[in-house]
Amino acid sequence: MEPSHFKSDQYVRFCPGCGDHAICMALQKAMAQIGVPTHQVAVISGIGCSSRMPHYLNTYGFNTIHGRGGAIATGVKTSHPELTVWQMSGDGDCLAIGGNHFIHEIRRNVDLNVCLFNNRIYGLTKGQYSPTSPKGFVSKSSPFGTVERPFIPAELVLGARGTFFARTLDVDLPTTVDCLVAAHRHKGCSIVECLVNCVIFNNGTHAWIADRELRAEHSIILRHGEKMLFGKNNDKGLALEINTPGLFRLIVVPASDPRVLVHDAHQQDPTLHRLLALMGQERNLEVNTPSLENTPSPSMGETDGGLPIALGVIRDVEAETYNDAVNNQIAEVRGKAKAKTFDELTATLEQWTM
Amino acid sequence: MKNNAIVRFCGDSGDGMQLTGNMFAQLAAEMGNEISTLPDFPAEIRAPQGTLGGVSAFQVELGQEVYTSGDKADVVVAMNAAALKVCTLGSHFNHPQAHFDEDFALYHRHAIVIVDTDSLTDKDLEKAQYHTDNPFTELGIPESVQIVPVALTSLTKEALKDSGMDNKSVLKCRNMFALGLIYWLFDEPMDKAIHLLEEKFKKKPALVAPNTKVMVDGYNYGHNLALNVQQVRLDGDKSQISNYKCQMPTGHYTSIAGNKATAWGLIAAAQKAGKRLFLGSYPITPATDILHELAARKDMNVMAVQAEDEIAGVCTAIGAAFAGDLACTSTSGPGLSLKSEAIGLAVMAELPLVVIDVQRGGPSTGLPTKTEQTDLLQALYGRNGECPAVVIAASTSANCFDYAYEACRIALENMTPVILMTDTYLANGTALWRIPKLAELPQINPQTVPEELKGHYNPALRDARGVRYWAYPGMEGYEHRNIGLERDAEKGTISTNPENHEQMVLARKHKIEQIANSIPDLKVINGQMVNEQMVNKDVVLVGWGSTEGHLHAAANELGCDLAHFNYICPLPKNTHEVLSQYKRIIVCELNTGQFAAYLRAHFPDLPIEQYNEIQGQPFAVERIVNFVKKSEC
Repeated sequence: MEPSHFKSDQYVRFCPGCGDHAICMALQKAMAQIGVPTHQVAVISGIGCSSRMPHYLNTYGFNTIHGRGGAIATGVKTSHPELTVWQMSGDGDCLAIGGNHFIHEIRRNVDLNVCLFNNRIYGLTKGQYSPTSPKGFVSKSSPFGTVERPFIPAELVLGARGTFFARTLDVDLPTTVDCLVAAHRHKGCSIVECLVNCVIFNNGTHAWIADRELRAEHSIILRHGEKMLFGKNNDKGLALEINTPGLFRLIVVPASDPRVLVHDAHQQDPTLHRLLALMGQERNLEVNTPSLENTPSPSMGETDGGLPIALGVIRDVEAETYNDAVNNQIAEVRGKAKAKTFDELTATLEQWTM
Repeated sequence: MKNNAIVRFCGDSGDGMQLTGNMFAQLAAEMGNEISTLPDFPAEIRAPQGTLGGVSAFQVELGQEVYTSGDKADVVVAMNAAALKVCTLGSHFNHPQAHFDEDFALYHRHAIVIVDTDSLTDKDLEKAQYHTDNPFTELGIPESVQIVPVALTSLTKEALKDSGMDNKSVLKCRNMFALGLIYWLFDEPMDKAIHLLEEKFKKKPALVAPNTKVMVDGYNYGHNLALNVQQVRLDGDKSQISNYKCQMPTGHYTSIAGNKATAWGLIAAAQKAGKRLFLGSYPITPATDILHELAARKDMNVMAVQAEDEIAGVCTAIGAAFAGDLACTSTSGPGLSLKSEAIGLAVMAELPLVVIDVQRGGPSTGLPTKTEQTDLLQALYGRNGECPAVVIAASTSANCFDYAYEACRIALENMTPVILMTDTYLANGTALWRIPKLAELPQINPQTVPEELKGHYNPALRDARGVRYWAYPGMEGYEHRNIGLERDAEKGTISTNPENHEQMVLARKHKIEQIANSIPDLKVINGQMVNEQMVNKDVVLVGWGSTEGHLHAAANELGCDLAHFNYICPLPKNTHEVLSQYKRIIVCELNTGQFAAYLRAHFPDLPIEQYNEIQGQPFAVERIVNFVKKSEC
């Protein structure tokens, strides 16, 4: 199948320069690669710029209400597990109003492919801060800077016992396609955090890695089974340092260091995945440091210990899915049942003639 | 000789009054009586033992032409001092100097009151806030009331003295002694009673023997001591109870509670329509039984999901509807409020969805275990925008089945949410239900998209009635995007065009209005001449929902007509024609006038009066009758 097979006839209305254009192309490429026919795919969204995505894909789609895409997608997939179900959401739709449905779909491990478009702003409503905006961020609804700590989305996913987490960047098309395909292949709730740029209201929020000059130094693409190497010349690696008394953390070492880790995305224990998923994001938590303004300065901060942010498929483990469990239980009970129809059911009642 | 009897079992929350009452009611039904029940229990799980707040009661009316669970009891079983006080003083039980007043008492002045004398110790009296040591005098119970003192606790202990059971378990059987005594009073056959008890306790066989013994001992107690009490015999002759010539249509009958009937109506509709039943719900009093029943019905291929909140409940259902299933959600008032935005989405996306509101006392948390009819305006209007949904209401515990079925039919055939209103009284009350065969039930024709539209489908295309077609994922050649935004009337894609919006608002309005073409006409129930009075043709009582029984009884006493509504939005086409025949139209509701306001808005030319009670209790027939008589010009 060609990516164009998954394009709808609708004119794509994302702002010129919006990261969503790239994700849209990546989705079409990924769906073509995956090969599930359009009539067996359902793309569910809430409200937000990200949630416009279903209109641009030639599958079944449902652009619903703010924050509720996760619950509706759960209903679609659980009732019809034969369908491939995607959920398009944003940092506001998913982590603010939709937070409750988000943690429960992850906890239940509903087999959904969730794209969390994180541009750290509310774009559609024109520029309020979001649960991922750094503390101190100046916006239309925080003219003196926010006073609240943000989420790190990966932490929430792991906190809800997530079985799949991947992260990608709008300008890195190949990594995005890989993450989306892996998300589909993973049987369970697959969260793909897409770092996207809102050119109108929060331009440059990911520039510290989007910028071609800085990407190699500030980010690492993790691939299962491969050494964790990064840097312009692939000269750096990640290792685990265990300090007394009982403190362990990731550190940057030369690529030749024997302690350089090999990525195991399928490790059930989430401890290392958590470190990897949270790595390199301290700069994004607060703008109150002298070297950083609203748009984080592209320079490396000492606080991070030079650690990069992890992209690619960070966690990908097996666990029973909610939709399988629900359907299997019904099949099991029904298999053993003597009464299967309404008339057979009423025949079991204590009754008398009048 | 009476035709009917009203029995009230009243005790502490831990005394098993609901179980006892249910067993009595069920046996009465099996013996050929019509029944109507009212479980009346507090919201707390377990209030301190012996206190007034912990009193739990179960009332049942049995006999012929039973429409209600009765105003005032003929027979009361009071298991403790607090229960005696609450039954005697009614809603005035907290007033310091209150004594028996027939307006407020839960039994009438010629009732039989059976009291457990072992539960009238000084400590019991103190917990129930008595001030003297003689509760009967203190409460001012008139001499006309037959008080039957029975040492229930000691007698139960005596009956089980050789059982080897511990004291706590023995005391739990007190209610069975009382039940046995009541069975004697009503001359019910013990062999059937024992069979019923065995059925009830079949999951705990160790309890069958002791409970049976206590029940039989209670029966024999009444028999042996030839208690100085008029044995209550319905219709005089014992044989007539079992050979009762009933006016109900022949068939197989059972007794069923409203919530179970609702759940089974959904099951039947799904099967008739060839659709899988999906329920997305969250526990809430008094609707939770619907979730429980459907969760247990996996044998019927029902998918019942306990969602993380009310909104997820309705949203998972909307997802299932989008994917082609018969989707339902069940809740009470507060949950309906939470679901309002999502219901609006289903209205805009024009998807079939059944929303069940089992009303309870409001507003806000209100009175979770009490009944009223205060969500009507919310169901009709509680959404942003011009957002019409179908609203129908069940009117008996048994026809909760029929109206749940009907809600599914209307939703599937008209691509719209349907809100079914029931309430606590119907949900927890039981009534006789004639068991139907699936083949007898009305046809359901879901609005599935026809083959001809393959490759040319969009979600805005409508049939001649103005109802759009249902295409869902898995169907090849009908791919489309559904939305909560306004859509183009021709193409189905997002549109902000001004004329288009108006056209679409009117199209959605018209779609609901045309449903009036496929619902039954309003039928008037003629009140009977009871006291040889002139039939009062100038007055019509009007009601909706669970008040049908009470209003029917009131109409009988008044010799007037009753127009009782099950279809509210849209109204039956002949509504104006029917109501305009009367000089007085009295809308009786358990709220402050919601249906009355709706009728006035629709028919400004009609003189709509109203009678209201809003105390968390069903109507008292007598009060309605008095109101109508006193307000006659």
